Amino acid sequence: MSKLKRKYSNGVRSSSFFIWLRQRSTIAFIMCVPLLLIVIGLVAYPFLYSIFLSTLNKAETEFVGIGNYLFLFKRETFWLVVKQSIIFALVAVFFKALIGFIAAHSINTIPSKGQRKWRGALLIPWVIPPALSTLGWWWLFEPTYSALNWILTEFALPTIPWLSETFWARFAVILVNVWFGAPFFLIMYLAALKSIPEHLYEAASIDGASSIQKLFHITLPMMRNIIAITVLFSIIVTFANFDIVRVLTQGGPLNTTHLFSTYAFRVGIESGDIPLGASVSLFMFPILAILAFIILRNVRERALNS
Amino acid sequence: MADVSLKNLHKTFDITEAVRGINLDIVDNEFLVLVGPSGCGKSTVLRLIAGLEEITEGNVLIEGNIVNDIPPKDRDIAMVFQSYALYPHMTVYENMSFGLRLRKYSKNEINKRVLDAAKILNISELLDRRPKQLSGGQRQRVAMGRAIVRNPKVFLFDEPLSNLDAKMRGQMRTEIKKLHQHLKTTIIYVTHDQVEAMTLADRIVVMNDGIIEQVGTPDEMYNAPKTHFVASFIGSPSMNFIPCQVIKTNEDLYIKINDKLYFSVPKERLDRYKVLINKEAILGIRPEHLTNAKQHIHDMYEDFNAKVKVLEPMGMDTMVFFDISEAEVCARCDPKSVGKVQSDMTFTIDKSQIHLIDIKTNKVI
Repeated sequence: MSKLKRKYSNGVRSSSFFIWLRQRSTIAFIMCVPLLLIVIGLVAYPFLYSIFLSTLNKAETEFVGIGNYLFLFKRETFWLVVKQSIIFALVAVFFKALIGFIAAHSINTIPSKGQRKWRGALLIPWVIPPALSTLGWWWLFEPTYSALNWILTEFALPTIPWLSETFWARFAVILVNVWFGAPFFLIMYLAALKSIPEHLYEAASIDGASSIQKLFHITLPMMRNIIAITVLFSIIVTFANFDIVRVLTQGGPLNTTHLFSTYAFRVGIESGDIPLGASVSLFMFPILAILAFIILRNVRERALNS
Repeated sequence: MADVSLKNLHKTFDITEAVRGINLDIVDNEFLVLVGPSGCGKSTVLRLIAGLEEITEGNVLIEGNIVNDIPPKDRDIAMVFQSYALYPHMTVYENMSFGLRLRKYSKNEINKRVLDAAKILNISELLDRRPKQLSGGQRQRVAMGRAIVRNPKVFLFDEPLSNLDAKMRGQMRTEIKKLHQHLKTTIIYVTHDQVEAMTLADRIVVMNDGIIEQVGTPDEMYNAPKTHFVASFIGSPSMNFIPCQVIKTNEDLYIKINDKLYFSVPKERLDRYKVLINKEAILGIRPEHLTNAKQHIHDMYEDFNAKVKVLEPMGMDTMVFFDISEAEVCARCDPKSVGKVQSDMTFTIDKSQIHLIDIKTNKVI
């Protein structure tokens, strides 16, 4: 028996490669190769290369270790950017989630016939490329000739230098980000709302809950999952936002609207210090990695619980 | 602990009329079962009583007060849903105490009531679990517990057992019956299962197509159905229906099934069936009143022959199927005296148990 087996395996040695090829795991791996190449080429390589870049001097001729990072720590502008990024992300996400929730609730209460129209209309900001729509907003914010200040003048109110005063520039950047991002929350929350069984609300009405009590005892707990995930996800995306600030203010006035990515672009590309720019953008990494970790853990835990 | 009255109740959804004029008085402590096929409006009636649907026309009265515009929470009712509708993010204890917490009962009172209810329902060990960790039967108990703790005037059950397997359903049926004896409260119970209706109810309401077909005790429903629909809906296996004619010869009436088969109408019923003379009718007879040939202990028995088509042995009885003028008929026979398939067999009909249905009105005469 064992002889036969050996003989058999010797005889088909040339075809053992094909047997290996036909194993499920091999096929799976081969099918993943294109994706792996894309991830390596577009994520892993740039990431590792930017780590390497961040350890060089401005002329990229000398290894300086963590010199660039130490330099950044001493720069006031850098800490301003850190503060701004955090404020920007938290405030924008809070309002996106709030507005998305209110809009989802309102749409959910109207009869299903009319829902499609509203859903479609409210999704428009989300489907326009943000660089384009921001250009539109930029026009609206234009101080002398444009709509917003014209309205203020019509009501005999003082005009606002939208993009040239720190508070209003930050306000404008956040406003546009909220305008662009709220529809995402809207659809996520609408889907979550629709998945809550009607019977729970009926049982709650009989148990004696008012609308507010239903919101806090049924709706919010049932949506806890999706709220946590969308908020964390949105914090990551908002934190790394680039196009809105880039188009609207270019980080001005006096760097007071810069975020990590726009600041990295300013330092690295526009000022020509690529290693320093790489160091700025790498600062985002640990922050985003921690958030992503929290999300994944959250998802897994809740998946296990349910 | 309260009586409920429905006065000319109507409910219209868009263009379909789900409930078309229901009048019903449910007395204190009664176990009333609404039964009917799906889509007959029975659940809608329950939801109208609960206040979950708006009344199109008519009135709902609880303890003599019109409650049409009173929200569900102030009607002092409790409802057990088909899907149980337990709050998935709350523990069993929290689920059961939710209504009490909203009504601002003291902690001690809540604790006492929940523990008492849990004891009655045998779910004391489950209080810390979440609904996901419970079996169907346990969830059902929790849903009932949530209703019990409130000690409401009226309990509403909306097909509570239809999501359980057959064995569990039988068990829970007994539990619900015990619960009613223990709580002594008014229960309105909706089901499509006539066995549930027969076993649980003090009174049954059979509904069809938005109206009440008949109201009565299970016994009345079974032995004296008033309409074709009730006769066909109650009882399992269901009643046999055979097209027939009533004819008069001299002073006697005969039920003519076909040219060969006649049954004489018993004397007591001569007056009753006069209206049907020379009219098309339907003869209704339950399988248990069609048996293998029996000694005629009274003159209500009459024999006839038919060819056996199918046999269904059930153990205690054997169901014998045969055709009479194109209607398939089922007889419940003693297994020992059943003939072979395709052979002729003599059956005895118990004429005291027949129902004649007027084809035009669908009413039992």
